[in-house]
Amino acid sequence: MCFTQNFWSLFIGGLANGCLYALIAIGYTLVYGVLRLINFAHSEVFMAGGFAGYFILEGMVGSRQPQGLSEVGFALLGILGGALAGGVVAFFLERVAYRPLRRRHAPRLAFLISAIGASYFLFNLAGKEFGRDAVEVPVTFTGTLFTIFGAQVQSYYVLIAVSAITMFAFLDRVVALTKLGRGIRAVAEDAETASLMGVNIDRVISQAFVLGGLLGGAAGFLFGISAGVVYTMGFTPALKAFTAAVLGGIGNIRGAVLGGLTLGVAENLPSACVGASWRDVVAFGILVLVLLFRPTGLLGERLGRSA
Amino acid sequence: MNRREGQGETGAGQAGTGVLTRTSPGGQTDEPVEPRQSRWQRLLAARNFRRAVGCLVGFVVLAVMLGPEGSATAPLSGITGSLWSPRVLIFIGLGLAAWAIMTAQSRYGASIRQATKRVTSAPRRLVPDQRARYGLYIAAIAFAVIVPMHISSYWQGVLVEQIGIYVLLALGLNVVVGFAGLLDLGYVAFYAIGAYTAAYWSGALPVHPPITLSMFWIIPFAILSAMLAGVILGTPTLRLRGGYLAIVTLGFGEIIEIVATNLGGFTGGAQGALGIPHFRFNILGLHYFWGISQLPYYYLLLGFVVISMFAFWLLDNSRVGRVWAAIREDEVAAESSGINVLKYKVMAFAIGASTAGFAGLLTASQISYINPGDFTVQVSILVLVLVIFGGMGSIWGAVIGAALIEYFQWFLQVHPLFGYQPQDLYMYLGALLVVMMIFRPEGIVPSRRRKREIGLAEHGVGTADALSESYGQAV
Repeated sequence: MCFTQNFWSLFIGGLANGCLYALIAIGYTLVYGVLRLINFAHSEVFMAGGFAGYFILEGMVGSRQPQGLSEVGFALLGILGGALAGGVVAFFLERVAYRPLRRRHAPRLAFLISAIGASYFLFNLAGKEFGRDAVEVPVTFTGTLFTIFGAQVQSYYVLIAVSAITMFAFLDRVVALTKLGRGIRAVAEDAETASLMGVNIDRVISQAFVLGGLLGGAAGFLFGISAGVVYTMGFTPALKAFTAAVLGGIGNIRGAVLGGLTLGVAENLPSACVGASWRDVVAFGILVLVLLFRPTGLLGERLGRSA
Repeated sequence: MNRREGQGETGAGQAGTGVLTRTSPGGQTDEPVEPRQSRWQRLLAARNFRRAVGCLVGFVVLAVMLGPEGSATAPLSGITGSLWSPRVLIFIGLGLAAWAIMTAQSRYGASIRQATKRVTSAPRRLVPDQRARYGLYIAAIAFAVIVPMHISSYWQGVLVEQIGIYVLLALGLNVVVGFAGLLDLGYVAFYAIGAYTAAYWSGALPVHPPITLSMFWIIPFAILSAMLAGVILGTPTLRLRGGYLAIVTLGFGEIIEIVATNLGGFTGGAQGALGIPHFRFNILGLHYFWGISQLPYYYLLLGFVVISMFAFWLLDNSRVGRVWAAIREDEVAAESSGINVLKYKVMAFAIGASTAGFAGLLTASQISYINPGDFTVQVSILVLVLVIFGGMGSIWGAVIGAALIEYFQWFLQVHPLFGYQPQDLYMYLGALLVVMMIFRPEGIVPSRRRKREIGLAEHGVGTADALSESYGQAV
């Protein structure tokens, strides 16, 4: 096969991309868990994270290139800023595009349309306010850190892996142990019963959006480090992250992580044979195949038992 | 399954509290009555206060939308530039005015509606019977035939390339979104397939067809190939819950552009296909050639639009149309009554696709040049906005919505009022979608049946769409 000769470097690159897909996919899965709706505007949460991280670093670093430990520090700052921006955007998104419709018990077609509208509004607004050309984040993480099976591992991959794993672990514990997580699980299991038991559904839904937004925003910044930040950056990664969420079993947080990693690798290996421009087509093919043969995903939809 | 349970399963928000507060359909009580609220909570929950905040925030956002552009080096300059004091005061004033109007409307709405009803029902009194309505249709067609002769060539071009094509596209998407209640975001893919089919059979692509055909003969090929693509894509995905259809079609719309760009040997790649012939016919010595002038194309399009309007009207009032209504209103009940739901969903999807394919052929022939950049996902979103704005499920809605939005878009291109910039079009359209969904989901020319369905769905009866998700895990 054409990908056998540099299998490991493709594999590792795929895993790194997969971590980002997983971070975004968790946002889809959380919202799907509590609302049974695909949040079409999640791509813009991701984009907001990219811009916030970029502006923070641009303001603090300027044009000079930070090195060594300070680079890591700035990256952490960018991740934090991205996460916060993602959370804020997700919060307002729920307030404006979802809550008025929920109050009215609108048909779910209306939710999907309103979310698509919000998505187009947000990314074009970003294009208007922040310019339409891609900008580069002042931290790069290009150096090779170590070699494994002959594959060079860039420090960028390590940064992604470490921060993503930290966030996965954090989220997993939040959902499993805290009151917030219990609320999300309860609503995902049965919204009506949960509300009868005194769970404030409005608040839980809002929290699920924000939690997903935090991770999506952080992923936006991490993605921007290598690919640059531009107002349309959300579309393709978000579509793939949705594929990842379905692949793992939508509504299932661990499934989203597994699905993200699987998709990252699965789209990267064949792209060595057919060329990188076909990578998106491969990912889309995977989505269609999953929907055809295993619509419940790898781990199954464990709505409500997501931790 | 118990209907109320079905609604609760969706988790569409406060299903539980909704049952308690929504006393009767059309009742005035919107506010959840919750015990033990602090004063702040009461103030924030008060509908009036919420509305005031909404109006103010909305108009400040509008101020930013209409304001100057920013850039990556000065990210806040656009926003601060939009919010300099006298300007923002104007928008705050407008916001307060909107709030006052909405408050007055909710307080005195009933009496205002009664007063306006006398005015709005006047046309209906003028056209009391079916025959008079046919007269109105004929007048509309006469208007559409005569007026374009007397406008500038710029507007004739807009009329053909923008309004006419998009009216046709909106009519087709209306079958999918309006009649069948599905969400298709990859509509552009079928448009592209129609255009590339036209290019293929006319010999404009790098690969050559067995015989080169004239445009009229290609019409069935374009329609059939788009329809086939619709069936192939629709059959697996329409089995699944509706949100998946939306995202799969979105992905399909995205990759069709990638495929068209990267399959250079077949589609001509990023350069596209050049020299697609114009329409012509030559029967029994009668021959006519549609050249580069716009007016003949306009009449060709007008003919096709009128034919499809009539065909879709027949369809909507046929057995198939009633099946679609049944699926929208209660999919489980429809299925229990022996309706093959999948078949009818695929049918709607394929009809929409074939209309788009046909529109693609018309565009390709009229502009005689296509490239992948004409078929971005944005086109799908634009057509969706046209359908939603006009009114889901309403044929006249699709036509009027498409004509209005396209007209304003091109009007603003020539006369940039309020600091409108063409590259911000999709920002306004996105905002329009959200606003429509919040305030007027049935559109400006609502289909009466669709409007009632949405109202009923909001009171927990039926679904008003065919997303088949209200019934738990219907995978």
